[in-house]
Amino acid sequence: MEKLSQDYRSAPFFDELIDHEGAPRPPARQLLHYLESLPPEELDKRRQTAEATIQEMGISFTVYTDEGNIDRSWPFDIIPRTIDATDWKIAEAGLKQRLTALNQFIDDLYHDQNCIKDGVIPEHIIKDSKNFRPECVGVSPAFGVWAHICGTDLVRDADGEFYVLEDNLRVPSGVSYMLENRALTKRVLPELFENDRILPLDSYPAQLFETLAALSPRQVAQPEIVVLTPGIYNSAYFEHAFLAQQMGAELVEGSDLFVDEDDCVYMKTIYGPERVDVIYRRIDDLFIDPEAFEPDSVLGVPGLMRAWRAGNVALANAPGAGVADDKVVYAYVPALIRYYLDEEPILKNVETYLCEKEEDREFVLAHLDKLVVKPANESGGYGMLVGPHSTKKEQQTFAKLIKENPRNYIAQPTLKLSTAPILTDKGEIDPRHLDLRPFILQSKDTYVTTGGLTRVAMKKGSLVVNSSQGGGSKDTWIVDTKGTEAKGE
Amino acid sequence: MLSRVAERLYWSARYLERVENTARLVSVYDELLFDLPREVEISWYNLITINSGTEAFEQRYKNKDERNVVKFLLSDDTNSSSMLSSLKMVRENIRTTRDVLPQEMWELVNELDLFARQNIKQGINRSERHAFLNTIIEGCQKVVGLLAATMCRDAGWHFMIMGRYIERADMNTRILDAAVSQMLLSEEDEVIKLGQVIWTKVLKSQSALLNYRRTVRSTVNGAKAVSFLMMDDYFPRSQKYCMTQIREAASTLPRSGLIAANIDKLLEETNAVESSEELNQDYREHLNDIQVAIIELNHQITENWFYFRQGDAA
Repeated sequence: MEKLSQDYRSAPFFDELIDHEGAPRPPARQLLHYLESLPPEELDKRRQTAEATIQEMGISFTVYTDEGNIDRSWPFDIIPRTIDATDWKIAEAGLKQRLTALNQFIDDLYHDQNCIKDGVIPEHIIKDSKNFRPECVGVSPAFGVWAHICGTDLVRDADGEFYVLEDNLRVPSGVSYMLENRALTKRVLPELFENDRILPLDSYPAQLFETLAALSPRQVAQPEIVVLTPGIYNSAYFEHAFLAQQMGAELVEGSDLFVDEDDCVYMKTIYGPERVDVIYRRIDDLFIDPEAFEPDSVLGVPGLMRAWRAGNVALANAPGAGVADDKVVYAYVPALIRYYLDEEPILKNVETYLCEKEEDREFVLAHLDKLVVKPANESGGYGMLVGPHSTKKEQQTFAKLIKENPRNYIAQPTLKLSTAPILTDKGEIDPRHLDLRPFILQSKDTYVTTGGLTRVAMKKGSLVVNSSQGGGSKDTWIVDTKGTEAKGE
Repeated sequence: MLSRVAERLYWSARYLERVENTARLVSVYDELLFDLPREVEISWYNLITINSGTEAFEQRYKNKDERNVVKFLLSDDTNSSSMLSSLKMVRENIRTTRDVLPQEMWELVNELDLFARQNIKQGINRSERHAFLNTIIEGCQKVVGLLAATMCRDAGWHFMIMGRYIERADMNTRILDAAVSQMLLSEEDEVIKLGQVIWTKVLKSQSALLNYRRTVRSTVNGAKAVSFLMMDDYFPRSQKYCMTQIREAASTLPRSGLIAANIDKLLEETNAVESSEELNQDYREHLNDIQVAIIELNHQITENWFYFRQGDAA
């Protein structure tokens, strides 16, 4: 892979590894130097090792198709993405700040709604929110925290600065893949971990355990923590099993639990019923309790909401936390940070047009070919319009959708998403767009993962990174460059 | 331990044992081909009969030849007991219980499944069959070894022990049945010559030959081989050993009384065989009765631990 830096150009985008002159950025220096020292056959061999390892380790995700569910191997690119530890410190502080404010906001919404009374956010936005749950009003979860596990998507724009693209507070996925990507990279490029100062990230399962254990309503030495999964057909089942195993918690399905007359949750064991203290649920709100929500759901546990409201079991994330997932609420987060914390937001939002505002809507309708339009409450990259890549007909469809239900749509300028090189099937090095999903844990303490899950659009020029839409991923290195300089590089 | 998890562990061990034993069963017959006098035909279809697979087989195949029998036993996905189907079930059961198993378990099972799928042709064609089946057996033993060395001896372990030994006991009777029926099919003047070959293969297929020699200290014949595989106290694939293991594992779990009593009864009915003449049609019936009792035992295990009834005392 000689001359990589000479031939490789990604302008006008910000490339994470290589600057506009073709020189490696400081945290990528050793990585690129090393990659350039490998003959092309060797690099291809490493890629094959990675593919075989993924199959053997059974790292997969499930895709829903018309023909049924398909278990797919995890798409992985072997070239890691690097971020300077100094930059990351700022992002980390910004994420902590953001989640602290968001949790105060959710708690406020289900109690006094001061933010509405004080005019920070219009009342109708909450009233029309699909994810506001009246069933949660008046409940006070421990530490005032509702979103215990959040995956916030960050992107870098052409200026190299981090922007928040969206917050995922319902049941965010991907953290197991972040850990597996690291395990894979260690197997594929072991030499690199000797020289670079790559910050470790394997403490996540332990941090998650601490976060959950702190929520236990019973003050016992060993609270019973379970991971509640919809089952093997869920796209993130691999992750559910992985996290349960790593934490030493039980992986349960709805039918393994029941709520007894004492409003406590029990699991069905070979010894008889055993009390459950904390449920890390990976099922959406509407399916967790057929008694409270969808009566036909067989995924959940009848009476679970009753037990939670009575304070006999902790649910993470708490029901109703998804209200802050709303992309319209997203637009107000900077204002919420100022309101609750009296601080300036450290991380910027992407400029957002709210279609429910007449002025914004006019602008959006006139510029559909340039903007990205997103529904307020979808995830997984579904139901979006990427203006510059869309047809006239698609734009007309979206114009109609927006006019019919303006509250449900937002639009953002197409960002010049940063890129990083991937190793293509042909063995070439080519830039691809990417984003980053760090995970933020919050209960008694707040914790942010070292980096996060980097997702890559594997198709040239594409901006869609979701794995359900054919995106891939790579290991993310937070590199302590100060350390290497001090060592006298 | 969740009742559901207990059930899946039990079945993952059963299926894993079934994979190994199916490989062993096919390899007994495969090896017979090398050593039998040319004029003796072995009936591959026997393997279908003893596995209670006649109906399913006949729906799929017209020809009862070696190739179809081996395909049915190893690779057929319409046969829920075929080696590949069983392997798939091991994988599915492990997939849903990874949280209570050693981490490497999933990786090993995946490797085995990949190997089997990618090389299944070697199992079907005669020339490379032996090596293929051997690798499968080794793969299973790797998993068993991993469990032995790293799995906590908690309830999950005991359910896996029960699953493994109930499957092994069942297959033990089927392998004996296969040999007895092959003997019964043979011409009278061949029987003595054949007996040596067939029973040696049976012992070998169970990795029992050397143990047999050390324990029995005599040439191989039907009565002694069957007695060894039914009655030996120490050999880990004998009927008696399997039942004792299930009994011990059950005793560590709640409400095991009925199961222990049934195993005791089964053990009382397990007897040595005095002479090879006894290995006749009646003996095949006897083996069949044991299989029925094993099926009943499986029902009791299911009832006792896997069906959770709310209100059961903790």
